[in-house]
Parts: sequence; C-alpha cells; structure tokens
Amino acid sequence: MKLPRRSFDALVIGAGGGGLRAALQLSQADASVAVVSKVFPTRSHTVAAQGGINAALANVLPDNWHWHMFDTVKGSDYLGDQDAIEYMCRAASKLVYELEHAGVPFSRLDNGRIYQRPFGGQSQNFGGDQAARTCAAADRTGHAMLHALYQQNIRAKTSFFDEYFAIDLLKDEDGIVTGALVMDIETGEPLIIEAKTTLLATGGAGQIYRTNTNAKINTGDGMAMALRAGIPLQDMEFFQFHPTGIAGRGMLLTEGARGEGGYLLNKDGERFMERYAPHAKDLASRDVVSRAISTEVREGRGCGPNGDHVMLKLDHLGEEVINKRLPGIRSMAKTFMNIDLAHEPVPVFPTAHYTMGGIPTNRYGQVVAPMGNTPEEEIPGLYAVGECACVSVHGANRLGGNSLLDIVVFGRAAGNHMIEYLRKNRYHKGIDESSIEQAVNRLQRWERSGDGESIPDLKREMQQIMETYCGVFRTEDVLQEGVEKMLALEKRLENAVLTDHSMVFNTARIEALEMQNLMAVALATVHSALNRKESRGAHSRIDYTERDDVHWMKHSLYSMDGHAMEYKPVRTKPLTVEAFPPKPRVY
Amino acid sequence: MRISVYRFNPETDKEPYMESFEVQETQGMMVRDALLLIKEKDPTFTFRHSCGEGVCGSDSININGRNGLGCITRTEDLKQPIEVRPVPGMPIIRDLVVDMSQFYHQYRAVKPYMIRHDPVPEVEVLQSPEERDKLDGLYECILCGCCSTACPSFWWNPDKFRGPAALLQSWRFLADSRDQATTERLSELDGPYRLFRCHSIMNCVDVCPKGLNPTKAIGKIKQLMLKNMV
Repeated sequence: MKLPRRSFDALVIGAGGGGLRAALQLSQADASVAVVSKVFPTRSHTVAAQGGINAALANVLPDNWHWHMFDTVKGSDYLGDQDAIEYMCRAASKLVYELEHAGVPFSRLDNGRIYQRPFGGQSQNFGGDQAARTCAAADRTGHAMLHALYQQNIRAKTSFFDEYFAIDLLKDEDGIVTGALVMDIETGEPLIIEAKTTLLATGGAGQIYRTNTNAKINTGDGMAMALRAGIPLQDMEFFQFHPTGIAGRGMLLTEGARGEGGYLLNKDGERFMERYAPHAKDLASRDVVSRAISTEVREGRGCGPNGDHVMLKLDHLGEEVINKRLPGIRSMAKTFMNIDLAHEPVPVFPTAHYTMGGIPTNRYGQVVAPMGNTPEEEIPGLYAVGECACVSVHGANRLGGNSLLDIVVFGRAAGNHMIEYLRKNRYHKGIDESSIEQAVNRLQRWERSGDGESIPDLKREMQQIMETYCGVFRTEDVLQEGVEKMLALEKRLENAVLTDHSMVFNTARIEALEMQNLMAVALATVHSALNRKESRGAHSRIDYTERDDVHWMKHSLYSMDGHAMEYKPVRTKPLTVEAFPPKPRVY
Repeated sequence: MRISVYRFNPETDKEPYMESFEVQETQGMMVRDALLLIKEKDPTFTFRHSCGEGVCGSDSININGRNGLGCITRTEDLKQPIEVRPVPGMPIIRDLVVDMSQFYHQYRAVKPYMIRHDPVPEVEVLQSPEERDKLDGLYECILCGCCSTACPSFWWNPDKFRGPAALLQSWRFLADSRDQATTERLSELDGPYRLFRCHSIMNCVDVCPKGLNPTKAIGKIKQLMLKNMV
C-alpha cells in the first residue's frame, strides 16, 4: 500500500505542555518539527492544571532548590531518581522565569514579583516549617502555561497536525524508531510522518478509572504505543488519587484551596488531618491525605446521607481571597454542585488523577529500556516527557505543583538532546515496510463488522474493575481477581466491533483505538500492583502495610509480552549533592 | 426528555436534517451528558468534547439558538425539546463538528504572543498587582469560538474581520505591561475591516461561557488607536 508521506527532522506526538516546550526548543534551533495532536493544542489536558508550578524563587518565604529536592525525594517515598530530581529542582527557577518571559500571566505580589502559595509536602530547611513554593496564575496556571507555550510555537513557526491521531510508532530495519503512522481524524486518511527523532508527550491515562479528574482524551496513547514497540512501562502501580475531587463527579478542586488556608472536616466537624499529619495537617502529601479521607469514610465518619465523602471548608477565607486566588474552582463548584464555596463547604473524595509511572527515560528524556546488557540502555532517537514518561522525579507519589514543572524542565531537556541527536544523525534512516503494515493492521482491524460487543460498554466495565480492584487500598486477593477480570475483558475487546465504518470524523473509531490503549495501560497497572508486595507512596497494600526498602526500593518494569515483570535499581546518587537516604516518612 | 440534534454525514447525506431522541434526564445533567447518551444509542452521532468542565473549549455548540459549551450548560435550565446545532457560520464537517480553520487563522493573525524587544532580565519582569489585574477577563479565553461564531460581522467577513476572540487576544497583549509591540499591533489592525467591522452588537458578550467581554476589549483597542493618532 502506498501511503502519503511527510518528512520532518523531529516528530512530537502530543501538544500539551511537555510536547509544546520541546517543540519550541527544536523550532528555535531551526529544526523542522511536526507536532501531532488528536485535539487542537490548547485543548490538551495541561489546560486543566490549576494550582501552580513549583520553583524555589523565595518570593514569599525563604527557599532554595535543595529544600525542594529534599521534599520531592521524600514525597516520592524514596522511589524517585535523585539525579533527575536534582536536575529538575535546580532548573525550576530558570524555567519559571522563562515562562514568565513567554507571557504567562502569573499572579503578582505587591513588589511586582511572581505570587507563590504553599502546597502539600513543601518544607523549609529539609523538613522544617511550611514553604510557599508554588508559582500561580490564580487557579488557572495550566491554562495560562499551555496557551503561552502554544502562542510561542506559533511565533516559532512550528508545524502543527491538529486533530491527527497517532496509530503506532514506525521503525527502520534495525528497529530504530523513524516516525509514526497517524490518521487525519477529519478525513480518516492515514499518513506516514517520517522523522529522524521522535518524542512521545501524550500525557496520562486517568480514563482507566471510573471517577477521575481527567479529560476524555487521557487514554495513555503514547504509553500503549511504547508497549507495542516492545518498550516496558515503569512503576505503573503508582497511580495518584487526588484528595479533593468533587464527590461523585470527579472534577478537580486544586490543592491550592488548602494552600490558601482551606481544610477538611469529617461528619463530626473534626479537622481530622491533625490526627494523620500533626505537623503538616491538610498540607501533607497527596497519598497521605487521600488515605486519611478514605479511612475516615471507611470508619463511619464520612459526611452526607451515605457517609461517603468529607467536606472541604473554604468559607473562612473570605470572598476577596477566593475571587483573587481561587476564582476557577468557585465557578466550578457553582456549575456542578450549585454550591458557593465562599459561603459553604464542598463535598470531596479522592479521585484518580495522575499516572506516576510511564515510559522509562533518563534525565535527557531519552527512552531507556533493558535491551541488552544494562537495565537502562538508551533507545536511539526516541524520547518521552511528561505524564506519559517516568524519568522518575515523582517516584511513588508526586507532589502537587511538580507536574507542570516536570513537563517544562524535561520538555526543554528533551528538545535540547534531540537537537544534539540531529547533529549526529543528519539523514533519514527509512521505514521498514513490515512496520508500516503492522500499524496499518491496527487501523484496519476496526473495519471488521458482524456481531461483537460495543466499545462504550467495555470501557465502562474496565473503569469499574480498575476502581474496585485496583483503588486506593489494595490486597493480594482483590488484585488477583482484578488481574483475572482484566484478562477476560482483554479477550472480549479482541472481538469488539464498530457499527460505524465511515471515514469522516469517525469518533467511534477513535474511541476504539483509545480503548485498546487504555486496556494495555490498565493491564500494566494492575499487574504491577499485584507484584509489588509492600506499601509505598500511592501504592497502599493492606496485606503489606510497611515500606520494605530492603526488597522493594526498586523500579518495576512491566512488558506487554507475557505480562512480564522486571525490576531495576533506583538511582539514589544525585548529580552533585549528597544522597538523601530513605527515612520513615512523616508529615 | 426530548432532544433534537443536527445531523449531517457528508458520506451518506445529501442534506442536513434534525433528529429527535428521548433520553433520561438526571439530576444536574449537562447537555454534554445528554449528547453522550445519544451517542450510546447511535454511535454515528458526532461531536467534539474533552475536559467536561469548561476549560478546554472543545464542545462549543448552539443550544436552543444560543452558543455555549455543552459540558457546563444544565439541561434543567433549558426549554424542551432542546435543539442542538453546530455553531453557526462555519463549514460543517459532520453533525455538530465544524471546521474552525478560519477562526484559528484570525487568532494567529493578531500575533497572540508576548513580544519584547529589550533583553530579558535573569529573573521575572516585574509587574504590579494593578498592572496584572488588567489581564483578568482577557487571559481566561479558551478559544471555544462561541463569540466569533455568534457575531454577524464575523459571519459576513470571516476572512477580513478578525472577530471578537482574536481581538480579545490582541487586547490581552496590548494591555500587558510587559509587551512591547503596541505600535505593530495597532497598525496591523488598521483599516476598515480587521477591527472596525465590530458594530458593538454584543452577541459575543452575551454568549461567552467564561463571562468575558470582547466588545469592551475592542472598545479599548479603538480608544488606544485614537489616542496614538493624536
């Protein structure tokens, strides 16, 4: 089959903050860049990030990057790689200033500097008093950043393929990734994009869970493409549940709400976080707060007629602070709950939010996998950044405000490394026909008609299984059952069919392709969770309640082939400073 | 609840038509939830949507004659049967999906990015809270296109008139104390069409799902232009 073909120096798949930051670096270096996105760039899910981006600017309280590093290592429950964490925390201030120069309308202090608010898990002086490290544009920081990055890419003349869906990575005869097969959603026509170097920046996979804060588009496309290309996924058992999703609905209410002075109450009106985290209280790490809320509800202290949530109280902050600092969530609570949070508390419950795991990379964004002799062999020309990647700066639990930082720091780093790679690899390597054929088969599989189950039904079932069998608290029996149910569901997905085979803007077909991606990512998650027999960060096992540094201070690697698990050591050696050795984690 | 939706598939339909569905209304239901129920009954029904909370701007549609976002428009506030059509004035791709190219072109044309000619400092460019306040009501735009596609001037001259969304962005940068391209921005908007086709009909203000006011922004650009001329 002869397919149309376009050629670029670099291909970036995904137009959220990570992809756009990398694309900007490449475009400014005069590389030709194609950014492929299944939605118009400003619809990417970075747009929904609210609270802010961490950097030790010390505009409000004393701070430095080393304290930020300590908090991030501790927050990761010592599973984060300390070289990558040092790199990120050192780069943070520069990257925030760069965003400011790019036009991000940060909120301001009276002296004209960027406003910073306290967020969970932040401390001064290695575990001392609360820090204020999160730079914010009201509670619309992700929106402000995404728009500014898109705007700068317009200025840099980046080529955009808006509403193109990436089907699969393509390779040359030696197995080197040399582009991707994509599909123009509007026409349904496939297109080969040939590239000397490729970046996956496709975001997370919150849609594997029923109640989540994520957009419909967060279906783990890049993670699944990596799995199909034979690359394992790292640390997939660590899925973050955000403590304050709107109860029953899932929409996110930023941690900034607690950063500005809000707190949680149980049905007795008790500020229960004081019991779980006497020092940090409501600003403990997200895993700690989510477990505390779940425990309150399980032990019968939940609010409402079904006792199934707790309350987030903000009305004591006053309308002025709320309008200035939290206008977005005020309007959201009004829209979805008909509650004015300036006057009454909002019902909240932990909600699936962020994929800590992902495609394994080093701190240059290069994808690394145990291909030959070492567990971290660089895969030439292939990069990954942001939520789809696992670099790993978040380890077992991400700190609020570190994901917007992750995407710009490693988006830029990957862009720079890709520029280096292009200097040494000046010519296209070509694409192997069999690799094209495989990708086309993935698309053509959905031409099948006849009897079969529907995609929306299967998706609903998968989300329910993941929520029930792989949620906040986990045990061997329940996870084992979850694995079996997911494997059975995977079989049924093989027989699913579409009733709509039209070409033009066929969203049913897109949802089917996304469902295959979700299935691959959900299987990785539940398998990785079953195999990790300890509690660490967001992975909380009732049958193994303690963190086990002797046996389990290591990264998981899940491969699609046979659902095999491998492990590799945590990189505990920072770039220049002393390592932070594991300690009991109290807040 | 009855809901009637605009249908057109260029592969099978000669003419567009309205199709009516019965869906179960639930407490707090949004129009997007109702559209999703229709899609379960008929998988060929097509519309854009993503975040479900009014921040991504994907699901701009025309609901009972008025542009808005499906995901934050409550069904209980609407007269039934609810009529849902694509936003007006744009080429239809399929059902509720329109071709937004012209809208994006006008957005790009106003140079919607920060331009500074001075070397940047090694820290942030200072901005007072009062200067920053001027950006409120401007930077929140989500590019959903509800405003421009409700604007008669944009319907008539989508190739020449920048439209309310793009002009709001233009003012967002003109109003920013950090931007240094005022003269360039104003001269780009000179002439009878790009800016001055706005006749203050104010449909844009009426429909903006984020409560922004493009007409006011356009007025400010005109004022600044006048001030710079004298």
